Amino acid sequence: MALLQTVRLEHLPYSHEIHIALYRDITNASFLQQQLLDGNTNFEYALIDAGVVVSKIHALAAAYRAVSDLLENRLRSRNVHSEIVFSLSPNNNIAESFRRFGITTSTTSLLIIKVSTPSSPASASEVQAHLTSSIEGEQVPFEDSVLAEMTDVPRVKKIYKLNSGGGGGGAKRNGQVNGGIEGLSVNGVGMRNGDERKELENLVLGAMALRGVTN
Amino acid sequence: MEAQAIHPCAANSDERVLPSIFRHPSAAAPLLITQGAEALLYRSTYLLPSTPCALKYRPSKPYRHPILDARLTKHRILSEARVLVKCRREGVPVPAVYALDEAAGWLMIEWIEGEVVRIRLNEWLKRRKEEDIAEGVDDGELLELMTRVGSAVGRLHAIGVVHGDLTTSNLMLRPRSREVSNGDSETASKMLDGNVVLIDFGLASQSQADEDRAVDLYVLERAFGSTHPRAESLFVEVLREYGRSFKGANVVLKKLEDVRMRGRKRSMLG
Repeated sequence: MALLQTVRLEHLPYSHEIHIALYRDITNASFLQQQLLDGNTNFEYALIDAGVVVSKIHALAAAYRAVSDLLENRLRSRNVHSEIVFSLSPNNNIAESFRRFGITTSTTSLLIIKVSTPSSPASASEVQAHLTSSIEGEQVPFEDSVLAEMTDVPRVKKIYKLNSGGGGGGAKRNGQVNGGIEGLSVNGVGMRNGDERKELENLVLGAMALRGVTN
Repeated sequence: MEAQAIHPCAANSDERVLPSIFRHPSAAAPLLITQGAEALLYRSTYLLPSTPCALKYRPSKPYRHPILDARLTKHRILSEARVLVKCRREGVPVPAVYALDEAAGWLMIEWIEGEVVRIRLNEWLKRRKEEDIAEGVDDGELLELMTRVGSAVGRLHAIGVVHGDLTTSNLMLRPRSREVSNGDSETASKMLDGNVVLIDFGLASQSQADEDRAVDLYVLERAFGSTHPRAESLFVEVLREYGRSFKGANVVLKKLEDVRMRGRKRSMLG
């Protein structure tokens, strides 16, 4: 099974496929970050610190927003790849979004997204070959269960300002509204954790969707 | 936005171009579910074919001035999205917000499974009639549903949001998560089961005014009443639970008595 995933997002043209790779135990983060800072055109990727990614949907939502904005000619940052990183942000501060969500010298878990566009098409095999030769780390499947082990949940809650009763707290009170039946579910604790993660994802998506709206 | 707004829209709504979200491919094309005065509601998918969503589209109104039209649409999309996000954060059961494009006039939110209270209640009442069960006998389930509704509305008001159109069509009953869906889900005993989820925040606003809250309750009371007189008499259960749900709820219940006397619209006198 190929570890690199190629996805056609709903409501985007087939010409704008995205390729996604996930790595852990990265040892050359400084080098990779430097390529972005130098504007090395061989490194046109969204390089995201996987520690602040909640789930696949979270990452795909950022890609969807960035590609949509590209198609509507309303990118706020340099290109569609930097826009993916910016799309993760709950506010309009681009530099801050790179610091929070982008690769840093201390990044060990790295999520990489490459958008193929008609003007610069990229095939899965080309992308995989380049990543294999440039990323020093272990490639792992882009799956929720793998991402879940990397997520720094307190940090995510802090960035998206979800500490005042959000996240799991919200889910708990949700249960109360509806008679608190959730606790009786067959799968017990494991399922509740899954629900909590799903709720965190929903809150994060809402914060991202509201980014930049005024009036 | 301005350039688009000034462009004259076609008089015939069929000729107007749908936003790009409708034109790009998806596993299942957006399916029209219902149409209100202001918005069209579609079922579609978000990001992956496996994630259903509701797509609410506010087409431009050809009879409105284009600039005014664009501003109204933008304002309404954003205000609905903001209220939903606030509710979700505070643990009030509403659909999550996925994406929006206020210039194009659409809002994409979580798809809520299940059915609206109005339909479930009608079915329940019909079945009881067929089974010849007298009113007031064995209606613990209905009482329980009323309690859940009162609690949900109370939570909503407690965080400073009023719904603006609280009818039994805007209350969903979502099947409890991962329940065994086969078996006796068809029996009357399950018909009123499920988690209450508030939907359609198109007329919602952020308000702490007792008057606004009381009008929400009044509209809901009338909605239950129009379903069935018995349902109306059980509305006291909604109010009982509501009264317990937040500090200040009792003041709202007092206000409700005034609203009942005069109706939904506030008097222009004095």
